[in-house]
Amino acid sequence: MDYFLQQLINGVTLGSIYGLIAIGYTMVYGIIGMINFAHGDIFMVGSFVALILIVALGITAATPVLLLILALALVLVVAMALTAVWGWTVERIAYRPLRGSFRLAPLITAIGASIALQNFVQVSQGAKNKPLQPLFSGSFQLTDGGADGSGFIVNLSYIQILIVVTTVILMGGFTYLINNTNLGRSQRACEQDRKMASLLGVNVDRTISLTFVMGASLASVAGLMFLLYYGVVDFYIGFLAGVKAFTAAVLGGIGSLPGAMLGGLLIGLIETFWSGYFSVEYKDVAAFSILAIVLIFMPEGLLGQPEVEKV
Amino acid sequence: MQARQKDSLLVASVKDSLGAAVITFALACVMIGLRVDVASGRGAELFLEHRWLAVAVAVLVVFAGRLAMNIFFWKREDPPSLNLSGLMPKGGLGAGSSNIIKYGLLGLAVVLPFVLMFWLGARGSRQYIDLAILVLTYVMLGWGLNIVVGLAGLLDLGYVAFYAVGAYSYALLAHYFGFSFWLCLPLAGILAAFWGIILGFPVLRLRGDYLAIVTLAFGEIIRVVLLNWYQFTGGPDGLSGIPRPSFFGLEFTRGEGGFASFFGLDYSSIHRIIFLYYLIFAMALFTNFVTMRLRRMPIGRAWEALREDEIACRALGINTTNTKLTAFALGAMFAGFAGSFFATRQGFISPESFTFLESAIILAIVVLGGLGSQIGVVIAAIVMIGGFEFFREFEEYRMLVFGMIMVVIMVWKPRGLISSRTPSVALSRNAKGISADLVQEGHG
Repeated sequence: MDYFLQQLINGVTLGSIYGLIAIGYTMVYGIIGMINFAHGDIFMVGSFVALILIVALGITAATPVLLLILALALVLVVAMALTAVWGWTVERIAYRPLRGSFRLAPLITAIGASIALQNFVQVSQGAKNKPLQPLFSGSFQLTDGGADGSGFIVNLSYIQILIVVTTVILMGGFTYLINNTNLGRSQRACEQDRKMASLLGVNVDRTISLTFVMGASLASVAGLMFLLYYGVVDFYIGFLAGVKAFTAAVLGGIGSLPGAMLGGLLIGLIETFWSGYFSVEYKDVAAFSILAIVLIFMPEGLLGQPEVEKV
Repeated sequence: MQARQKDSLLVASVKDSLGAAVITFALACVMIGLRVDVASGRGAELFLEHRWLAVAVAVLVVFAGRLAMNIFFWKREDPPSLNLSGLMPKGGLGAGSSNIIKYGLLGLAVVLPFVLMFWLGARGSRQYIDLAILVLTYVMLGWGLNIVVGLAGLLDLGYVAFYAVGAYSYALLAHYFGFSFWLCLPLAGILAAFWGIILGFPVLRLRGDYLAIVTLAFGEIIRVVLLNWYQFTGGPDGLSGIPRPSFFGLEFTRGEGGFASFFGLDYSSIHRIIFLYYLIFAMALFTNFVTMRLRRMPIGRAWEALREDEIACRALGINTTNTKLTAFALGAMFAGFAGSFFATRQGFISPESFTFLESAIILAIVVLGGLGSQIGVVIAAIVMIGGFEFFREFEEYRMLVFGMIMVVIMVWKPRGLISSRTPSVALSRNAKGISADLVQEGHG
């Protein structure tokens, strides 16, 4: 039971990270109907930007707590802004010129952009793993391991709390943004009917760009969380995280924001429980198999709407 | 009046270029300007290396380049029509020039090893023949994938999985049962096709881009299984000592009973290389032959129709699932053949040879060569694989450039760089027959 609780905590943490990335996929898919294959690599760029900023600001575990939190908030904001520029640039160069082209074209440029981003980071930052010393090391002990000390000690670390809390706050703000602001309204309009929206005075190109900007900045948050949680990044983390986050988006129902978050949580939980109870080696196989199974038996996902085929 | 307009255009150009420069700065300031590295010796401490000069260069280059493009091309009253596609023959390569290229390449491929042998000698030519074998392997893979992507219009991002199935089938059959290459070659193809059917059957109902992701996932699953099933596949160590193929029972060995002594030649290791060259050449030609024949059969016509418009196909009573499945299985079969050739050529295989990148390279060959065009695949494979070898010294940068080129070419010519294949049969122009994706592109 204790072991289960520990896996549950770890799974929710991981799921929050996947959920944040998945939002980028689901929004882009909702609005222009393409898989932004480079999104995983934007996440990777985000975590690198965060890492560089942390090292540049000289943040270590020795920094006083209050200062540490302020500095991390600064890192978060700057990383979000800079990663958003990356997301915007990828859209501008690789996707916008192909709007209205045949279906496979943007998918292929997306693969190209993904390869280019990965190798750009490999060239500019080196291929080595970048380990970061843990900034928060404390944790709450939820169980004491039983009277004889033989039981399992369940830890809820500060960093896990930080990740989940930040995700919840961001999700709240983001839902507000989509539901109650002009930007969100024009975005939903473009999602429903791009041509009609443009006739009604919505700047479609700008709305799509902003979608990429939002997706990229959420991915950079996920990048920072990933960095703080695992303490190591390299130029290849984007591929796996990207495919899993896409799986999460599909599982939750592509195009649906709460679905992306739910899917992220489920994928995080499945992956942790699988590694906890079965085998660590095959955890990726578990995630990929879920993707295939969901797509085959439930293509609209948990919270998505079935797609109507139009001629 | 005119001068003022010119001025405002100039101002607009400078403004636009400044904007691009600012964005470049935002992109580069952290990712290029600072490099985080692990200090050696002092534990795992991270330190930063500053490279502000590189950022300045990047910003200046973008500013100057953008400004020049603005002034000379984009922001003029009379923008010169830079119709680069005018450089290409209209409608891809015409029948005449296409035939010349086709037979020219074919003739060259037939005599290539001997030309190289005469020119450079057995020792010097070996690396070039090796390269030619590599190019032909990719040509064969490209032709195989062309059936799936180019003809049937199914985007398969996990094609390398079938290549891996072929390679591992041969390696494992040889390892556990001692089967020979010639017995395993058809078996590997059949097994790969079988896998294609197993994987294809559930997923082929999905629409284009979902299919892409699921095939990608399957490709990764197969790789992860090969990597982790240590007892059976050797895991990351791979399988080595894979037997070499024989020439009608003659081994390429020194001494009695070998290929050289049977034909009264002096033994040389180049014989085997040349044999491998002709082997893959024949296999690639076989792939091409089958594809060309199938394209004229009802099934091939159905593939092309499916690529153009799936809904119309269903309305006409074509069984889309079976049609897709045959394309998928045939493509997989050729990948299986190529895989077992790869295994026998290398003598050693490991999961590292079957990463997603490999799928992306094969896909790039097909797409950049022009979806559905057979000759386009050949030219793209020569340029791309040859280019990779040529720029081997720039190991780090070549994949970066590869990714960028993929984007640029796709943006510039979405229908493929070299030529594109229109459906084998179409309504005549008078009947206003316009292919569906031209309509989607806005030409219709």
